[in-house]
This record gives sequence, structure tokens and C-alpha cells, in this order.
Amino acid sequence: MSASDAESIRKQTRAYIGVFFALMVLTVLTVAVSYFHMPVVLAVVVALAIASFKGSLVAAVFMHLSHERKVIYWVLILTVVFFIVLMAIPSLWQWNLRTVR
Amino acid sequence: MDIPYNVEPRPDTGLYNAKLGIWLFLASEVMLFGALFSSYVLLRTGAPAGTWHHGREFLNVPLATLNTIILIASSVTMVMSWASLKLNDFKKFRLYLGVTFLCGVGFLAIKAIEYSTKFHHGYFPKSNTFLAIYFTLTGLHVLHVIGGMIVNGYFAGPGAKMWRTEPERFTNRIEVAGLYWHFVDLVWIFLFPTLYLL
Amino acid sequence: MALVDERAHGHHEAHHHEEPGFWTKYVFSQDHKVIGIQYGFTALIFLLFGFTLMMMMRWSLAYPNQPIPLVGGLFKATGGIIVPEFYNQLGAMHGTIMVFLGIVPLAVGAFGNYLVPLQIGAPDMAFPKLNMASYWSYFVGGVVMLASFFAPGGAAQSGWTSYPPLSDIAPSGQTMWLFGMLFLIISSVLGSTNFIVTIIQLRAPGLTWMRLPFFVWAQFVTSFLLLLAFPALQAAAILQMMDRLAHTSFFLPSGLVVSGQQLAVSGGGSPLLWQHLFWFLAHPEVYVLILPAFGIIAEVIANNTRKPLWGYRSMVWAITFLGFMSFIVWAHHMFMTGMGTIMSTFFQTTTMIISIPSVIVLTALIISLWGASIRYTVPMLFALAFLPMFAIGGLTGLPLGLAPTDIHLHDTYYVIGHFHYVVAPGTIFAMFAGIYYWFPKLTGRSMSTTLGHLHFWPSFLFINGIFMPMFIQGMAGVSRRLYDGGASYSHAQGVLHWNTFMSASAWLLGLAQIPFILNLFWSMWKGKKVGSNPWEATTLEWAATTSPPLAHGNFTVIPTAVRGPYDYSLPGAPQDFVPQHQEG
Repeated sequence: MSASDAESIRKQTRAYIGVFFALMVLTVLTVAVSYFHMPVVLAVVVALAIASFKGSLVAAVFMHLSHERKVIYWVLILTVVFFIVLMAIPSLWQWNLRTVR
Repeated sequence: MDIPYNVEPRPDTGLYNAKLGIWLFLASEVMLFGALFSSYVLLRTGAPAGTWHHGREFLNVPLATLNTIILIASSVTMVMSWASLKLNDFKKFRLYLGVTFLCGVGFLAIKAIEYSTKFHHGYFPKSNTFLAIYFTLTGLHVLHVIGGMIVNGYFAGPGAKMWRTEPERFTNRIEVAGLYWHFVDLVWIFLFPTLYLL
Repeated sequence: MALVDERAHGHHEAHHHEEPGFWTKYVFSQDHKVIGIQYGFTALIFLLFGFTLMMMMRWSLAYPNQPIPLVGGLFKATGGIIVPEFYNQLGAMHGTIMVFLGIVPLAVGAFGNYLVPLQIGAPDMAFPKLNMASYWSYFVGGVVMLASFFAPGGAAQSGWTSYPPLSDIAPSGQTMWLFGMLFLIISSVLGSTNFIVTIIQLRAPGLTWMRLPFFVWAQFVTSFLLLLAFPALQAAAILQMMDRLAHTSFFLPSGLVVSGQQLAVSGGGSPLLWQHLFWFLAHPEVYVLILPAFGIIAEVIANNTRKPLWGYRSMVWAITFLGFMSFIVWAHHMFMTGMGTIMSTFFQTTTMIISIPSVIVLTALIISLWGASIRYTVPMLFALAFLPMFAIGGLTGLPLGLAPTDIHLHDTYYVIGHFHYVVAPGTIFAMFAGIYYWFPKLTGRSMSTTLGHLHFWPSFLFINGIFMPMFIQGMAGVSRRLYDGGASYSHAQGVLHWNTFMSASAWLLGLAQIPFILNLFWSMWKGKKVGSNPWEATTLEWAATTSPPLAHGNFTVIPTAVRGPYDYSLPGAPQDFVPQHQEG
């Protein structure tokens, strides 16, 4: 294990701690925000935005995704596309039924 | 018989086999939980106005917030256990992995409290569609937590023998187990606001 | 130049060279070749069983309410008559067994497992233990499925599609179906992870992506479909189990009345939710059924035309595009649910688009025959038959993919005719082609050509006899899943006579499989012995040690690929084929 490897691990460790605190703050934030009575759509957008940001931090830093390989990125992009399809279509379906007859 | 690239990464992809394997498996898990989230959306948006029960009616937000913090902390200790191995510190590795395991125990304990309180009040999956999806989503998540704990427990215990004979391979195993554990945390990061706060 | 003549003992690792015991060698093996054969035999048995269920169904369709000969003793309670409830079990389980226990395990588990590592020059799959786990998970799922026939109330009987609310309230065999599916899906997800990692990571030196045999590309795309689509059905199965066991109402709408009584459930569920989740898997699933078949046919055609495949690159891009599109067409199975016009337009459009890559593949395979020196071997006969049969299947899909015509054809025999053409004289013929083609690799012997012809020609004839009239019945409006084949409907009377014709064809098709079964077993011991490359093929599996059995580790020296996979009739070469690892 070279000295530079050890140094880079120590740097990463600082990042892990930093992200931990960021996640704590965001958790408190998301709970706090939920106590304001917002219209449903806005509440969903805000909650999802905060959760997505938290998730990206976990993925990028803890799961090392920020310096991962192309192959992994492609697999995940493909998955995200299909995930969006799976989430969006049933909702669009309902909307189409209600608004277009 | 040696399978190539089990430990050392393949040059053109830069990956060792298990790392690609676990990400593929996690991709399928995204689709599994995604399908359940999608079901939640469809059921909630399809419910006639005023008939959908909200999480706050039944659920304990402070307890779940504590659970969120516990799980996030366990993610940190998990990645620290891997980093310790990279720094050749086996004792720290075991310590961090042990704490990760304990966090898991804490998470399960709180969930047990949550579930039993609900049953005590007569709130069951069959009571309404919200509770049905709540118990199903969190239940499946709990099963995944238990699975992760079994793996982590094995690597902290008997599985750690491999550190002495094949340290690099063992480190890779911890990295792979860590990726799974982070994913379990990730799912909860989305589950928590969706079920408890919205 | 054979890659393996002797087994060199130049291992560095601390390997024991003691013989593994019987159980480790043949039952709990981690060798992909053994696992492939396990999958193969298990799948063939399930295919035969599923076929038998169909032969019983066809009795009811031709002679409803009459005692069934030969097996009538099994239903003493009903005097040997197939009652509607039992017919429904036969129908649901025929579909389930053929798709999930038969074809996918054979196409992917057997052919894929055995051949992919060999064709890419690898010693085994990336995760041998996981491979073994996948097989046993499949086996357990299969046992649960078969056992469900003995559940109180019988096996699943709500169609292979298990639509709620009916499936939610069906007898306990349905719960066993759900458990079985849980195991089968785990098997597939673990297996597909293995395939993808193997193909990406374990390709031999020089084996670039565009030098891969088309068969490997087909398995690669198939694995992505399984990996990303099956979890949706896993989720759906979990939800249906919750409905059945925990009395939730995921799929039960409010106010549902069963047998005159309101169901004591919370309600608020959506039967459509099941359909979305089910078809999100089941549409990619049909491409899982056809892609390995394309792969096999491509290999057999290249070899028996002594030419490279025409349009290899186009075929690769076509199936990659197909794989992607397969995730956004599923609601063409749901045109009759009352969807809005925007949704309908979207899904009709994507469905029409997805027909294009299939046409590209079929066209490329047909053009591959142009100017070829065709060897009319038994595998080639099945491959040649595949082409027009798949074309019929594909073309008959078009009016189903367009909502206006689907209004008339949905849930009729037209649909059954369409998908059986693709799967039966389509995929299953490709499976047969593959078995006759690779049998010498597994056993070192060839199958009898005479018995092969006795299998092929009647099969080709009778399989059309079963399925062609279905289009006629469908267009006349005869519905699916009727135990009497439409006999109680006035609009069906004019086409009822086809039932006896189709049933006779089915039973004769059954008889036509006897030469195959005899051939398979007889040839294993008494077939003519052949060398390691009897078909004079170019791909790497023919360069590995001759059988039986292929050596643990497949190649003593990992080959280097120096050319494409189909260097047949290369100008200037001494023979009409140059193996992929051969220099100069």
C-alpha cells in the first residue's frame, strides 16, 4: 500500500465525514419542511428533491460512484430510464383518463 | 481453476467481477423497489378524493427520523470499515463493521416497536391501502436489512479469516458488501419521506 | 489446430487433483457445462409435461364434456370429464410451465450456460457458485409449481397472466404459483447477473464486441431484459401474496361482490395495477423467448451456408434497439382496459416501431441464404422452417398492436395463433435446431439423421395444422379460455369444426416427438462417434476439448481471437472455414 494510496484514503475519509454531516442536516430539513402545509404537488417536489440530493451524496461518495467506471454508469443510466418509465406511465395513464375523454 | 479478474480488475473495464456483479444486482433492486413505489403512486393518485390515509395519521415521525439517522450513520461506518482495510488496519475494520451491525440491530429494534404499536392499535395491512403499502414497502426493506446484516456479521466473524490469506480479495468483498448496504440506506432515504412525511 | 490435446499440469494454485464425489460432480456442480445440462434435461421434461397438458386441453376443445381416453382414470370424481375449472388449471399451468419452466430455462439456462463461456473462450461463468444456486432455485420453483396441482381446489386457474380480482380470490394453488414465481424470478435475476458479468469481463483476448458470435450478443441482451424487467413481476407477486395471505386490497377495488356477498376487505385497490406490473415484465419476457432463438438460428445458418452472416452489425444494433424498446410497449396488452387516447397512441406507436428490428433480423437471416452452399442438415431444416414461421408470427402481431383491430381480436384465438407461431414453430424449432447442432459437442456423437427427418417433417406439418386455423377462429370471434372451444356461442358455430382438426394435429404432433426422444437417448450411447468439430464450424466452442466430458476449465490455453466469428469461404484460405482463433 503506497503512501499516496494511504493519503487518498484519508482524504476520502474526510469526505465521508463531511457527507455524514450534510446528510444529517438534510434529514432535519426534510422533516422540518414537512410541517409547513404546502400544496401536495409542491410538497412532493420538495421532498423528492431533498431525497434525491441525499441519495446522490450517498451514491457519489459512499458508493464511490463519482469516480466509477463507464460500464457502471451505462448500466445505471439504462436502469434509471426504465425506472422513470415504470414510475411515470401509470401516473400519466391516470392523468390521461381524467383529462382527455 | 482460476476465474480471471476475480480480484485484479480487467484492464479495459477497470472492474473486478464482483463489483460489476453487485451493481447489476442493485440495478434489479432499483426496479423492484421502483415497482413498489410506482404502485404507491398509482394507488394514491387513483384513490377518490379524501379517501387516502396519510402517514401522519398512523406513523411516528420522530422514531423514523431516528431510524434514518441510524441508517445513515451505519453507511458511514460501513465505508470506514472498507477504508480501514485499505489502510491495513484490521482492528479498526472489525470495529467499524461491528458498529454497522449494531446500527442494523437498532434499526430493526425501532421497526419492531413501530410495528407492534400499530398492531396494538388495530392497524394492520388489511386496514387500508396506505397501511398495506406501508407494511409491504418497509417489510421488504427490513428483509433486505436483515440480509445485509447476515452478510456483514459473517464478514466480521468467521469470514474475516480470508484477510490473512487473500487480503485484496477480502477487501473487495467488503467493498461489495458495502455497496449493498449503502443501497439499503438509499432505499430508506426515499421511503422515509414518501411514507412518513407526504 | 486443436487448442487442447493434452491436459498440461502446469497449475500454480494449490489445487487438489482428487476426483470430486458423485454429488459434487453431477448434482451440486459448479461447472457451467454440467449446470447447462441440468437445466436442459429439467426444461425438456417440463416442456413435455406442458405439452401433455395441452393435449388434454385439446380433447376438451374437440369433444367437450366427453370422458377423456387414456388418462380419464385420473378424474374419477368427474367421470373422466374435463370440467371447466380443471380446464382452466390446464390452461394456466400450460402457459406458465411452457414459458417459465420450459423455454426460458432451456434457451438461457441450458444453451446460454453451456455455450457462452465456451464461445467467449472463458474457463467458466464469472460466478460458478451463483450459477449453481440459480439452477436449484429454478428446480425448487418448478417443484412448487408441479405440487400446486395437488393443492385443495387445484392449481392456478386464472390464466398464466393471473389477473385479479379473480386470482386474488382463487383457491390455494394460486398462492403456490406465486411462491413458485418468487423462486423462478430469483433464479433468473441471479443468472442474468452472471451472464452479463461473464460476457463483459471474461471475453478472451482479441474477442472484441463486434467479433462475438451473434448467439452471445443475443444472450447478452436477453440477460438485461431479465435483470431489469423481472423485478416488476416480483413486486406484483409480493403484492398479490399480501392480498391473498394478509387480506390487503392492492388489487381489489372497493365494493367488490363475490357470489352475492360483498368482500370483507378494505378495498381501494386497482386491478389495473397488476396488469401494469405483470406486462412490464411479460412483454420483455416474449423477447427473452425469441432472442436466444435468433442467436441459435444465426449460428446454424452461418455454419450451414458456409458464408458469414449477412448484416451482422445491423443484427447486433437491431437486437440492442429491440431490447430497449421492449420496455416501452407493454400496454399493447391492455388496449381494452379503457385507456385514454394519448396512452393508446403512445403504445401503438412504440409497438409499430418495435416491429422494425425483428424485420431487420429476419431479413438479414434470409439474405444470408443468398448465394450460399446450403447444407441441408437436420439443424438447418429446423432453421429454414423457423424463418417463414417466425414471419407469420410477426406479421399476425401487427393487427394486435394496433388498437382499432385489436378491439376485434383481443382475447380471441387469433392472439393464441399469433404467439404460438412465434414460440412454437419459432422458438421451439430453434431449440431443436440447437440440440441437433450442439449434441456432438456435448457427447462426441452425432444424432441420427433419419430419425431427425422423421421428427422434422411431421412436426412442421402438424404444427401448422394446430395453429393456422386459430386465425380463422379468432377472426370469427371465438374467445380464448373457453373449455368447449366456443361450442356454446352462436357466432362460433361456423368455425367449430376446426377444433377436431386442430386437436388431431396436436396429438399427431405429440407422436412426431417420439423419434426425437428416441434419437436423443439412443444417440447418447449408440450415436456415430465424431471428432471435435464435425460441422466444420468457426466459433470457439468447437475448438475446446472434444467430449465427453469437456475438461474442467474448458481450455488448457485460453485462446486468442484473431478474426471475426464467421470466416467461412474466406478467399485464399485452404479450407472453406477458418476457426476464430486460427492465425493467418
